[in-house]
Amino acid sequence: MNLFYSVCLVLVILSMLGLLYRVWKGPSVPDRLVALDAIGVMLISAIALLSILFDTPFFIDAILLIAIMSFIGTVSFSKFIERGEIIERGPNR
Amino acid sequence: MDLIADIIIVLLVTVGIIFTIVTVIGILRLPDVYTRAHAASKSATLGVMSLLLGVFLHFWWNEGHFSVALLLGIVFLFITSPIGGHLMTRAAYMSGVQPTELTVGDDLKEAVKEQRKESDKNTPDDE
Repeated sequence: MNLFYSVCLVLVILSMLGLLYRVWKGPSVPDRLVALDAIGVMLISAIALLSILFDTPFFIDAILLIAIMSFIGTVSFSKFIERGEIIERGPNR
Repeated sequence: MDLIADIIIVLLVTVGIIFTIVTVIGILRLPDVYTRAHAASKSATLGVMSLLLGVFLHFWWNEGHFSVALLLGIVFLFITSPIGGHLMTRAAYMSGVQPTELTVGDDLKEAVKEQRKESDKNTPDDE
């Protein structure tokens, strides 16, 4: 059983390396953003597999935390690409 | 009973890993940012949800630990990952990344042009 989860973990890490190639090579900035978002998702599955391999449920809180952080990072960076600023000024300054 | 539980968990984890690999192949081989975001936001979400469901069942059936945080993580990923994909492709379009040359129609271009024209017309009235 442990061998199966180890093989899955190796496959997930290889996929992250493939995505790193897209981050390094991507022709435009949104390409790198898409690849980084997918890397965040794969980090979640790597942590889930690690928590099975180490036989402890204490890593599971990190999964939720990484999901929230990755979403906030994606939203703020795409807003920066679209508008040029992240937190806009109000109408009365 | 343990055997059936293990079979279900291994099936779910295997489906998750297959979708993860499909995501990577799509991101590496598809021609432009929109098709790449299409590959990434759908199959990565389904893959990680299936894998997390397998891990959740493993902790529930084999260890006797019902983890609500994992269920919350599955629901949160299901809600936020398509929104992230939408925002990324929208930012890519608005910042002027051209779609691939195989594209047939671009309906958004006319809509954006009209909206820019209207907002240009409205801006002097506000000041």
